[in-house]
Amino acid sequence: MSTTYYSEEHEWITVDGDIGTVGITDYAQEQLGDVVFVDISKVGEDVAKGDDVGVVESVKAASDIYSPVSGTITEANPALDDAPETVNAEAQGGGWMFKITLSDTGELDGLMDADGYKTFAESL
Amino acid sequence: MSEADLKKTPLHALHVGLGAKMVPFAGYDMPVQYPAGVKTEHLHTRDKAGLFDVSHMGQVRLTGDDVAAKLEALVPGNLKALKPGAMRYTLFTNEAGGILDDLIVTNAGDSLFVVVNAACKDQDIAHMTDNLDCDIEVLDDRALLALQGPSAESVLEAIAPGVAAMSFMRMGSFDILGAECFVTRSGYTGEDGYEISMPAAKAVEIAETLLDHEDVAPIGLGARDSLRLEAGLCLYGHDLGPDTTPVEAALEWAIGKRRREEGGFPGANVILKQLAEGAPRRRVGIRPDGRAPARDGTEIVNADGNRLGEITSGGFGPSIEGPVAMGYVSTAASETGTPVDVVVRGKAMPAKVAALPFVPANYKRG
Repeated sequence: MSTTYYSEEHEWITVDGDIGTVGITDYAQEQLGDVVFVDISKVGEDVAKGDDVGVVESVKAASDIYSPVSGTITEANPALDDAPETVNAEAQGGGWMFKITLSDTGELDGLMDADGYKTFAESL
Repeated sequence: MSEADLKKTPLHALHVGLGAKMVPFAGYDMPVQYPAGVKTEHLHTRDKAGLFDVSHMGQVRLTGDDVAAKLEALVPGNLKALKPGAMRYTLFTNEAGGILDDLIVTNAGDSLFVVVNAACKDQDIAHMTDNLDCDIEVLDDRALLALQGPSAESVLEAIAPGVAAMSFMRMGSFDILGAECFVTRSGYTGEDGYEISMPAAKAVEIAETLLDHEDVAPIGLGARDSLRLEAGLCLYGHDLGPDTTPVEAALEWAIGKRRREEGGFPGANVILKQLAEGAPRRRVGIRPDGRAPARDGTEIVNADGNRLGEITSGGFGPSIEGPVAMGYVSTAASETGTPVDVVVRGKAMPAKVAALPFVPANYKRG
């Protein structure tokens, strides 16, 4: 059973046990515009909640990607190397960016659920 | 600057109505993109035709005896040789040989028609007012639209018969929907196309008529930037500035032959010396080997990590389907094909010095 949470930095994380899959939200990809490059530079490293772990570049600008939780980054999405536009097409599916082994699942309590994020994004 | 202080072009409400994302640019509230997005707008322009609002740029008419000779005192272009209806790209230079702005000068017959950058226009108008003994009329009651792309000719010909016969860098007066328009076969995308100066009061009607054509889409500043970058064209304030000379900027072609012999423009001693002996650095194209864009300000280094220069414009080229950039490097490293590194987020990434433009120009030469 997996559950999806959302951060105020417009990331989503789907958690199954202590394994999380992280991407950016549909709202975020729309704001960024056409994504042309994704680089998760901290694969294999331990990161703290809120650390920047890589970058997403659109035709317009570069934006940092933050980890919504603490843990160890185990994998970047290899499909994005050749097809970064998948982030635009399937932000909350095939356009996932990295996987992380959570060190403290309790941090998830500080994130939003889908309804909470929807309200948050609409307020911006 | 607060939003309320931003100036609006005559097409502002049209942009908002088309769903544009508006941003401050050179003191104006301008469309950076429409719902189609930068990449789609860029590719549409190269494939069919794009309509750009460039009304924020400065349009100025200079009138008086020997006005071309007078303006030559401020620029290195051979303006006296401009025949009626012909136009030329040139540069305002300073005493150090640096560039104050780049501009287009057209011989409109009884006057010179000058178009300058939005961000520099107040300074340029003051510069001309202080230094030129002629009538200077700022045409702020006129809008300026650019129609660019392979379909531009047939689209504009339908409402302005005769424009198809014009060749690149030529101007003509045309009646469009009852308004007197100055049409030039020019632009800043590398594509064939036109710029149309029109009375502000007619701008919405003409823009809507052009947009009604199925081949024409509205294009924002985002795609304007990626199009001009692929075309190897400079953006003032990024690729050109008061500390950059025309020789460093690889714009020697804008210095007329007679002007090279006679001088007589600001900074001529510096610029003519560099023409003869070369400049210490040079504007070049840069193609990163990977997919990461190298943006404005990115350092360019050699294999030993020594600084060669920096990127002044960079991003993703939708037509190239990869990152493209321009920047300045030491002249010794400026040859096409020279391997360099660009330092992106602290990491040296391999790149090569590349010939400009990145996409071949598609102009209609006479």
